[in-house]
Amino acid sequence: MSAGTSIYPTPPPVVAERNLSAPQWGMISFLISEVAFFTTLIVAYVAFMGQDTVGPTPSEALSLPLVIGTTICLLSSSVVVHAAQRALERGNQGLFCLLWFGTIVLGIAFLAGTAYEWRELIFDKGLTISRNLFGTTFYTLVGFHALHVTGGVTAMLVVLLLALRRKVTHENQTGPELVAWYWHFVDGVWIVVFCVVYLTAVGGGG
Amino acid sequence: MSLAQPSHTQGHAAPHTAAGENWAGWLHGWTTTVDHKRIGIMYVLMSLVFLVIGGCEAMLMRWQLAMPNNDVLGPEAFNQLFTMHGTTMVFFVGMPILIGAGNYLVPLMIGARDMAFPRMNAFGFWITLFGGLVVYFSFATGGAPAIGWFAYAPLTEHTFARSAATDFWAVGLIISGIGTITAAVNFIATILGMRARGMTLGRLPFFVWTMLWTAVQMLIAIPPLTAALVMILLDRQLNAHFFDVSNGGSAYLWQHLFWFFGHPEVYILILPVFGIISEVIPVFSRKVLFGYEFMAAATMAIVFISLGVWAHHMFCVGMNRTLDLYFAAASLLVSIPTGIKFFNWLATMYGGRIRFASPMLFAYGFLSMFLIGGLTGIMLAAAPFDFQLSDSYFVVGHFHWVLIGGTLFGTIAGIYYWYPKVAGRMMSERLAKWHFWLLYIGFMLTFGPMHISGMLGMPRRIYTYGPETGWTLWNQLATLGAVVQAPSYLIFIYNLVVSLKKGKPAGDNPWDAWTLEWSTTSPPSSYNFEETPTVHSRRPLWDLQHPDDPDWLYE
Ligand SMILES: [Cu+2]
Repeated sequence: MSAGTSIYPTPPPVVAERNLSAPQWGMISFLISEVAFFTTLIVAYVAFMGQDTVGPTPSEALSLPLVIGTTICLLSSSVVVHAAQRALERGNQGLFCLLWFGTIVLGIAFLAGTAYEWRELIFDKGLTISRNLFGTTFYTLVGFHALHVTGGVTAMLVVLLLALRRKVTHENQTGPELVAWYWHFVDGVWIVVFCVVYLTAVGGGG
Repeated sequence: MSLAQPSHTQGHAAPHTAAGENWAGWLHGWTTTVDHKRIGIMYVLMSLVFLVIGGCEAMLMRWQLAMPNNDVLGPEAFNQLFTMHGTTMVFFVGMPILIGAGNYLVPLMIGARDMAFPRMNAFGFWITLFGGLVVYFSFATGGAPAIGWFAYAPLTEHTFARSAATDFWAVGLIISGIGTITAAVNFIATILGMRARGMTLGRLPFFVWTMLWTAVQMLIAIPPLTAALVMILLDRQLNAHFFDVSNGGSAYLWQHLFWFFGHPEVYILILPVFGIISEVIPVFSRKVLFGYEFMAAATMAIVFISLGVWAHHMFCVGMNRTLDLYFAAASLLVSIPTGIKFFNWLATMYGGRIRFASPMLFAYGFLSMFLIGGLTGIMLAAAPFDFQLSDSYFVVGHFHWVLIGGTLFGTIAGIYYWYPKVAGRMMSERLAKWHFWLLYIGFMLTFGPMHISGMLGMPRRIYTYGPETGWTLWNQLATLGAVVQAPSYLIFIYNLVVSLKKGKPAGDNPWDAWTLEWSTTSPPSSYNFEETPTVHSRRPLWDLQHPDDPDWLYE
């Protein structure tokens, strides 16, 4: 039998592919859909820029110093979360938990800053979602971003709990890795929001 | 209901109860399953139920239009019916039936044991169903939304749609949209991350390749719709002004956002069908798919080009000439990769030993009808032609020709093709022939005359017309066509149910096909493959059957 089969051609050996894992592909796909979602909100914001007949306008309402503070919180958290991942790669569980916790704190600081900003906008400047087109598009865009930051903080808290219980370790880094990707994405969206919403307001847009 | 033999697919749930003996255990097994095959079956069954509902809505509309100045329904009910008919057919029939087919087939075809995220898969199905129920719950508010399936602003604003029906509609579509995104994420992760050894991207079965790109298109097209639906809800609930024209909002923005979703959506509804046809035609012509690489590239080209053509739905809005020209030219460009596919299918059939079994019969129906629908599409992509016929029955005739002649015929071809794998038994060929001819003739009779009444000036969505318009005959022919079509669906469902018990046993590979799903038992066991296979070519089963002349020598 084996002598008979040997006249058949033998297939070339199967080479293993270098490939991302299924969870990695899943997170990338999810982030693509998120990009499409935020692009739509940003398009709506830009489409209505300067179309208002009633105030307040972006340049009257938005204050840059506070937002620069929250932006620094968020952007630096991307660095901290990266350092946390490096710590986990080296197997330093304690440092990982500490840095990961630091990221969460920075994320919460960003959210607190946003809450403070909104309180000021609503009660002092009279800007609500129904006030004018700026209010409509601003709260929708910034609100959905803040919602995503909240989601990221929640996911990081879950990872932190798992890490404290030693369910997330040097051997099992998928969770923190994917959450970190998501966190970098949320930061990236914020850079765009910052440019489109806040920098144009300073530049006299609207 | 047990489309799969319970002994094989009892799955992880309730293994202690024999199915059929214990109703609760059986129900528990299906509702808690995370098996991609059972989830796929549930997607398809859900779609068939919604197909019947949407079909009944269409029959009511045809009844109303059968006579001039008819008043069986009245304008309000008519507006609600065409809104729900369109919404149902697009979101709760077309998409879920293809997602269901993909769910069942993709892991089997790439040699995987399940989808990448089985629990998210179950979540996606249940939330899609839930979204459908929420949309239909709008009837409980005193009437369904009466806004048309593309829900043009400012019709959706609180001023014009005062009941909560529109809110339920929007919430339902957001919810089912989340289900669609989870399915897309799952498909991409599965196809890119879980292929069997040797199953390179260039060796993917063609259906899997089209599901991959359909999933990409879902990721890009669905979220803008979700965002736009959120804007509707914010307008209605919190007095935001996105589409509120009296406060500077823009009805035009809605059209752009909706059609940025809406046009890719038609490719979401047709690309997997291209995949089905590309599986069926080679098997029933006994040849390999002609020009696999060109077909693969054409699929990608369609995805990318079709993301930039949406405003051909908006020629009558009064965009400027540059935009009209761009969108007309870009739309015409889509016909090139589509034409490539078409000629490759013909070339696959050319010189083949063609077997006209039921899947091939419906594939033939697809080819002939999709060609005509594509040609009227080219007509409508020419802006000056569209100026004349936009929002007329010509458009209704065109897109039903594509969606029924294309999507439905192709999907049914797939169901006849893979049913033996799913059920372990063959469907009746005699009933399939009845199904085909009644549907084929009834379909042409329904939608052919619409092209003529459209050219005679009949606008879509009117609930009645006067006898002096000259549209009566064409509408009566269309209604007659609907009456001819209706029994074809009953025959199909009867065939599906009866063949479960009475069909000839299928065996593993009744069509003598070449892709991996046919190497499993029919129905496949819950773990799919005892040993995950190794693949050397696009037709692994051919290689097994012909070790002296395997495909990998030539690919
Ligand atoms: Cu289109």
